[in-house]
Amino acid sequence: MSIRITGLAKRFGSKQVLNGIDLEVADGENFVILGRSGTGKSVLLKHIVGLLEPDAGEVVVDGEAVQGRPQESLDALRASIGYVFQFAALFDSMTVAENLALGLRRRGLDAATITERTTEALALVNLPGSELKLPAELSGGMRKRVGIARAIALRPKYILYDEPTSGLDPVTSAVIDRLMVRTRELGVTGVIVTHDMKSAFSVGDRLALLHEGRVHAVGPAEEMRVSTDPLVRRFIDGIPDDAEAA
Amino acid sequence: MTSAAYPTADHRPLAVLGRGAQRVARALADVRTWSPLLLGQMQRLGVESVPIAIFIAVFTGIVLALLSSYIFTGAVPLYFVGALVGKTVMMELGPVLTGMALAGRVGANIAAELGSMKVTEQVDALETLAYDPLAYLAVPRVLAATLMFPVVTAFAMAIGVTAGWITSINLLDLSTPEFFKGLRQFYKFKDVWFGLVKAASFGMAVAIMGCHRGLTSQGGAEGVGAATTRAVVLGCEAILALDAFWALVLL
Repeated sequence: MSIRITGLAKRFGSKQVLNGIDLEVADGENFVILGRSGTGKSVLLKHIVGLLEPDAGEVVVDGEAVQGRPQESLDALRASIGYVFQFAALFDSMTVAENLALGLRRRGLDAATITERTTEALALVNLPGSELKLPAELSGGMRKRVGIARAIALRPKYILYDEPTSGLDPVTSAVIDRLMVRTRELGVTGVIVTHDMKSAFSVGDRLALLHEGRVHAVGPAEEMRVSTDPLVRRFIDGIPDDAEAA
Repeated sequence: MTSAAYPTADHRPLAVLGRGAQRVARALADVRTWSPLLLGQMQRLGVESVPIAIFIAVFTGIVLALLSSYIFTGAVPLYFVGALVGKTVMMELGPVLTGMALAGRVGANIAAELGSMKVTEQVDALETLAYDPLAYLAVPRVLAATLMFPVVTAFAMAIGVTAGWITSINLLDLSTPEFFKGLRQFYKFKDVWFGLVKAASFGMAVAIMGCHRGLTSQGGAEGVGAATTRAVVLGCEAILALDAFWALVLL
């Protein structure tokens, strides 16, 4: 297993966001994490890349715990992980090319390789020729695609996607779904946080549903699609519970 | 509940302080990250602050000349106007008023910029690209402010004294030789370096407040606004406290 999460717990103030998460993500799969807003999906992703420290539990990537690593080792781990943020998190004072080049420069690549990787990644997300644009000049969908290009350009082993299709029109969502499938075909392991069910079933090999800070159900996409578990069914079919419906 | 316990961070004050010092030392040692950004920040935080410093210095010099003439007339020889303008501008009003103005301009600028980056996850994005946000964002700004506040203050000192001199020869019954007689009679080189040392410490304090408030911003635009206000207030308070500290230590 390439990513193993054991007993992960995290509290913010009085809110227990994660309450003992156990998950395993295999090499080369697209693993989708589902759950309602506020169930801690993004918090979980941030633990994988060491942006947050857990209160309890651990995240192990490639056999080594993320938390407690010395900074150099954490940087080396981050070099193998691309992170696609929910709102892209592009550096708004930099052009698209500079956004992509920043991480590559950190890895000590020369200028020619950086240009080559930048051009290649932008072509992969169907944004060739946008190198000199500023993030403010891009639409929401284009920004997300640049965010994905920034992650792909690093040629990482893993890509973590935080709500990659939220707020996008169906056509742009389909483009991004195809991108996520394509990156998996290139051998990249994907962890995708979403509540877009169409996207989840089209890109995910396995799905997990978070509920009240724990993994409520996990399984292959086709099994989850026909699951009879009431909570899974309500989430997939978008049916509010009795209290919400009242 | 959990199958593997991870040791939680020690929150005792000394432990927190130790971790903070370790992070700062690591960021300072990461020269290849912050050094390419230093000149740009010196331009933004220092050179672009010169106009406001000049504006303040001109009016400070004028008011000091007029005020000292009003106080001295009939009691003290008028050439003391030069002494008072020189001493006050170099030792106190030059550094403090420039520092206050820059606390607004520079402190607010840093807090708002870093705060926006924090709430839009750009700071997290930097970390995922294996950059230390302290080395990339805070160190170049703090060093630039520490180096450039004295330069801007030196400009302000020169302009303030010049404004006081021009005011004295045009509006007061004072000649150029008389003004410079007073200025020279009481001038010590310590006056200048005292002012510049203070300015450097003001620059460091203002930038640290701006970086700290910006990087700990929470919430959306409201959080960034609150962080910016707090950075300016803390910067001004730090300037006044440091002003008293240096007077106690160096005079």
